[in-house]
Amino acid sequence: MIDWYPLFNSLRIAAISCVLVFFTGIFFAYYAARLPRVVKGVLDVILTLPMVLPPTVCGYFLLLVFGVKRPVGAFLLHYGIKFVMTWYGGILAAAVVAFPLMYRTARGAFESFDENLAWSGQTLGLSDTYIFWRIRMPACRQGILAGTVLAFARALGEYGATSMLIGYTPGRTATISTTVYQLWRTNEERGAFFWVMVNLAISTVVLLTVNMLETRQKKAVEK
Amino acid sequence: MSLFVDIQKQLGSFTLHVRFTAENGVTCLLGASGCGKSMTLKCIAGIEKPDRGRIELDGRVLFDSEKHIDLRPQQRRVGYLFQNYALFPNMTVRQNILCGLCREKDHAVKERRASEMIALMQLEGLENHKPHQLSGGQQQRVALARILVSDPQLLLLDEPFSALDGHLRDALKIELRDLLARFGREVLMVTHDRTEAYNMSSSIAVMDEGRLLTVKPTKALFADPGSVRAAILTGCKNVVRARRVDEHTVEIPDWGVRMETRQEVKEGLCAVGLRAHYFSPSAQQNRFPVVFAEEMEEPFELILQFRYLNQKKDSPPVWWRLPKDKRPASFPEELGIAPANILLLYE
Repeated sequence: MIDWYPLFNSLRIAAISCVLVFFTGIFFAYYAARLPRVVKGVLDVILTLPMVLPPTVCGYFLLLVFGVKRPVGAFLLHYGIKFVMTWYGGILAAAVVAFPLMYRTARGAFESFDENLAWSGQTLGLSDTYIFWRIRMPACRQGILAGTVLAFARALGEYGATSMLIGYTPGRTATISTTVYQLWRTNEERGAFFWVMVNLAISTVVLLTVNMLETRQKKAVEK
Repeated sequence: MSLFVDIQKQLGSFTLHVRFTAENGVTCLLGASGCGKSMTLKCIAGIEKPDRGRIELDGRVLFDSEKHIDLRPQQRRVGYLFQNYALFPNMTVRQNILCGLCREKDHAVKERRASEMIALMQLEGLENHKPHQLSGGQQQRVALARILVSDPQLLLLDEPFSALDGHLRDALKIELRDLLARFGREVLMVTHDRTEAYNMSSSIAVMDEGRLLTVKPTKALFADPGSVRAAILTGCKNVVRARRVDEHTVEIPDWGVRMETRQEVKEGLCAVGLRAHYFSPSAQQNRFPVVFAEEMEEPFELILQFRYLNQKKDSPPVWWRLPKDKRPASFPEELGIAPANILLLYE
């Protein structure tokens, strides 16, 4: 009997962190474009760093902040929140690593947006919220969709920061990627291969879905 | 109905400083690209914020840096037609027009007024089309419909014809002129095209490098541009350095001639403008010997370039423009120009 826990855990970690990253990524992408150039440059470096740093280094920094003996970690523990060695710590690790993908793709999409559309909306009396959700987001749809998918895929495949922060406990913190490594290390080659195939299947399905969505939306626009 | 604008804005090394009042009718901001015309419109609409100044529309203060008044674009009730029309690509024609009715809360009224506007702008049958399925002229009509239905107190048009093909342009000019006449409110239009400005506007404000040179009724501006920049922008082909001799005489050193003027020459004259159409072999005044230089043919007109006998070598030839059927058998030995057609230019 196969233990499906890694699949379930990986999916919920990826899904929740993807939702988090979707909103935070869009938020920062939108506001970063409006900042003065110097501030924007500095912020851009900080927000993109997790993408270029080795994930283990990200994990190290996360432990530095959220370790139970660190001030922030100890403070959270006081309220019963513990990111180290828990499944939801995986959300934090995956979100940090996936964030830059969402942020950068969304920012690219926002930067190519024709600002005249927003301005004409304003002069017509449309609220800024309406303009954002009904005009800017649909116009940037493809970039944002691509960013979301990339972030989801990255979160699903996260290994380095996750293993640093939450380790590998079967039935508690095990994800697909940590399971693959663990099984390989303990010479359970068939088990490792099985989970590799599972991961491959999910990724393929995700990418296919996106391609289908895009063609459908293109057709809808043309109609 | 009146618009008062007095604003300053620094953009790097470029300074925008304009001050003008526009009354009822269509006022045109005429200037070369990059002179700050569009920036002025954006400041009036509230899209850009001037560093200093005041904008007032029908007694309503839209912006006042001293009193810290800066109404949001949504509150200004200023319609803005963008160069590319800025139709929302994800919405149909009808949905685009409904966006102009977002201040109206009653759903039934909204739908009714949208339908009325669609009929008025002859957009029936296109309601469910997306903007990219429309021709340039149709897009312009939808954009105008969307603005007019929002009932703005002032209409800003940014190069309204630049996105259209030449043959469409003339037809749409007439259409838009009539529409604006019916709209009956203040219109401020930006263009770099003098013909467009002449066709559409009742008065023209000439802009150059962020400054507003002059505001005049359209015909008066073309009859007497007053400055070198305005003369060039209104299409005067011959603008040449000149100095005052007496009240009705100017000397043009580059051409080696003195010319008589009807208008009184004031101190500070720096140049004169002679429109290419006004030279004539039969004119008896300001008549001087000339030498033929170059010829250029246009579809219906002819440009003949000539030099005065004592004209300086490095100064460009003089333009004479005439209908093809008036072409002289041989190039005249002397050309004259009426004193009334010599434009006196200061600064």
